[in-house]
Amino acid sequence: MKHLIKGIVASVALSAVMATGVIAEGHKTGGTLVTVLGSNVRNLNSAVQSGIVTGYPGAQLFASPMRYDENWEPQPYLAESWNVSDDGLTVTLNLVKNAKFHDGAPITSEDIAFSVDVIKANHPFKSMFAPVESVDTPDAHTAVLNLSKPHPALMLAMSGQLMSILPKHIYGDGEITDVKTHPRNNENVVGSGPFKLVEFKNGEHVILERFDDFFIEGRPYLDRIVMRIITDPAARAIAYENGEIHMGAFESLPRIINRLKKVDSLTVTPDGYGAIGPIDWLAMNTAKGPLSDVRVRKAIAYAVDKNFIHKALMQGTAADSTSGIHPDSPFYAAQEGYDVDLEKSAALLDEAGFPVKDGSRMSLTIDFGWPGVKPQVEYVKAALKKVNIDVEVRASADFPTWAKKMGTGDFDMSWDTVFNWGDPVIGVHRTYDSTNILKGVWSNTQSYSNARVDELMAMAAVETDVEKRKALYAEFQEIIADELPVYHTNTLPYHTVFNDKVKNAPMGIWGTSTPIDTVWLDE
Amino acid sequence: MQVLQSFAIRAGYAVILLVAVLVLNFSMMHLAPGDVADTISQSMGGADQELLDQIRADYGLDQPFYIQLGRYIGGVLQFDLGFSFFYNQPVTELILQRLPATLLLVITAQLLALFIGVIMGVVSARKPNGILSHFVTFLALFGYAAPVFWTGILLLIAFSLKVQWFPVAGMQDVTIEGGFWAHFVDVARHMVLPVITLGSLFLALYSRLARATMMETLGSDFVRTAKAKGLSTNQVVYKHALKNSLSPVITLAGLQFSAVISGAVLVEAVFSWPGLGTLAFQSIIARDTPTILGILFFSALVVIVGNLLTDLALRLVDPRVGGKG
Repeated sequence: MKHLIKGIVASVALSAVMATGVIAEGHKTGGTLVTVLGSNVRNLNSAVQSGIVTGYPGAQLFASPMRYDENWEPQPYLAESWNVSDDGLTVTLNLVKNAKFHDGAPITSEDIAFSVDVIKANHPFKSMFAPVESVDTPDAHTAVLNLSKPHPALMLAMSGQLMSILPKHIYGDGEITDVKTHPRNNENVVGSGPFKLVEFKNGEHVILERFDDFFIEGRPYLDRIVMRIITDPAARAIAYENGEIHMGAFESLPRIINRLKKVDSLTVTPDGYGAIGPIDWLAMNTAKGPLSDVRVRKAIAYAVDKNFIHKALMQGTAADSTSGIHPDSPFYAAQEGYDVDLEKSAALLDEAGFPVKDGSRMSLTIDFGWPGVKPQVEYVKAALKKVNIDVEVRASADFPTWAKKMGTGDFDMSWDTVFNWGDPVIGVHRTYDSTNILKGVWSNTQSYSNARVDELMAMAAVETDVEKRKALYAEFQEIIADELPVYHTNTLPYHTVFNDKVKNAPMGIWGTSTPIDTVWLDE
Repeated sequence: MQVLQSFAIRAGYAVILLVAVLVLNFSMMHLAPGDVADTISQSMGGADQELLDQIRADYGLDQPFYIQLGRYIGGVLQFDLGFSFFYNQPVTELILQRLPATLLLVITAQLLALFIGVIMGVVSARKPNGILSHFVTFLALFGYAAPVFWTGILLLIAFSLKVQWFPVAGMQDVTIEGGFWAHFVDVARHMVLPVITLGSLFLALYSRLARATMMETLGSDFVRTAKAKGLSTNQVVYKHALKNSLSPVITLAGLQFSAVISGAVLVEAVFSWPGLGTLAFQSIIARDTPTILGILFFSALVVIVGNLLTDLALRLVDPRVGGKG
């Protein structure tokens, strides 16, 4: 990472071209882009609320220090250049000089320091800024982040929706932890991004308008963005088809994706989800009963036919996933996997001491947290029946009920979907780190513990050389795929849908969770 | 005086009922495993224990049950429904934002269904074995049996996709500019499909009931007397028989009005109608206790007001009701 970053000094003019990798020639300006949000928004302030629903409006309202191109290379945004010291312990951001908040106040290094504090105190992903000990502000346009150890994940943590720069003079009027309930998170928002808030009507829509004093000359191209809140996927599909909605992201139902692909006026693409990195897996509780034996976990992997999941359940919309890191990530190292082999599975179970008695080797439970993955769970039950494992499917009334079971280790197996969130340090380590066991959902709920894995993650977290870092993660993925605390089956098939009028649709690594200031309408 | 007294007693019951609704629901919400901190962490893509504890402390969820309950009831007695945990907004504000949309949808659907249903019932009762009568029976069965989300999606496919007459979702098109009439027409266009979907359910009930009671009334002695006096058929049907058949229909309408929230939830979900039903559904999913209780409180109020209005309407059409009752 260091080699890439060191000494990058790009001019603002160049950044305007490079930011999206698309040279903006012959674009039109103006118009209202009608887009859609699949669930109600809780909070528009992406510095205190993470998640994909807030990410889209949040990244339009608030700018971050940098953005990424399609090749996972950091590009200037609010920081026109940056420098990482040789020891990796100081990161200096040189801010764009003419940047203003929506109320006209200049964006200064004070605001960067304040935003880091707010995110550290309120954002759920503590690993993003944990090594940042202090932020110095030698002048209005220079912010120096002092780190306790080298932290290459910081680059991705400073992009997309993850680091929203807030105005200190607006959000700094109370306790730092109170920012998450600040009254101006949902109305009278003062942001730093290309669009400003016009209206947020809970359950109905979010309307944004072009910010004329945005610090990139000539951007954004659109006059307005309407984000309608439509929670029913079938209704959204009809709205794409009849042109009522120009664009929407995070569509994940295979049936609907395949139907929309057949509509001539629509483009349906899985591009744009590499950084968010959503992957599906079969979690196995390594601390309890037969599943504490790695041979039993392998036997289950050999009995579950991934091919069936890909073709029949996901209907070809999802990609294979083998290792805990999303296949679009530069750190992904594909693993060989477990081709279905019932004989091998039975042999492993015999070897582990679970012979067939009265037609059954053992009884296990499987949980799921949301109705969408019930087919996967039912399939696992049927597949394991073939190797004489009885499976009881346990439905949960709602998410908290399921989360409770996961968080307290009250499960054998569970279907789960977890997001990478940019750098592996942010979204991957949490599942395998032995110091992160049993502390709520989406931690290391499988109670997996391997000293070498812990060591590899610790080393990768501070390794500033990209190639060495890749090698560390390659070994990490090999162990994970071999020891199977979770069996990785497929990516969650998020797709972006847009019609012919939408040009420069967001398909970078952050998808719509990054400013869409170069999107334009051809009408 | 007697009327006033009976109203006072009713009001007293209503208050007790409201408190019972709140205490019971608060306790039930509390019994379920997990809480709003979990759903907030879900919406964030995960949170560590420290943050979960912090969220629970912020909203007083770390306090013992009786303190939480006491605080809540204390607030309600001061007409404060509290703060939504999930949306960080006063509950009263949230509900008042959503209430008009639901009332607009439900009342329109109810009135249309009532009007058309009664006419259909009367017309078919006059010729119980005619084609129209069979059609009404069929429609009633179909309307009642077909799930509203299915009817809704079918209507969407037919009228928003195949022929693009009506918009897919929401209550208004925010890109429309113009004065009151432009918006009026816009909202009306958005209402057509949800009103038909919701109305078809009510219509089935009303037309069947109207048909049945009308047939019964048409066979009674006073109708024969009226006919014998030489009154025209229309006069007999609409002046004498209909008035006497309306009571059960009005009672049913009153009962249905009580279902204002429950009936609208699915229709609102399909058409993304920004009403109370959607909010109720989302709050339950999110374990947002203050919002759920606030909506239940409002629903209870609506039921009580609905019952009073039904009572009043029955007194108007049927002088036998009321008096000493």
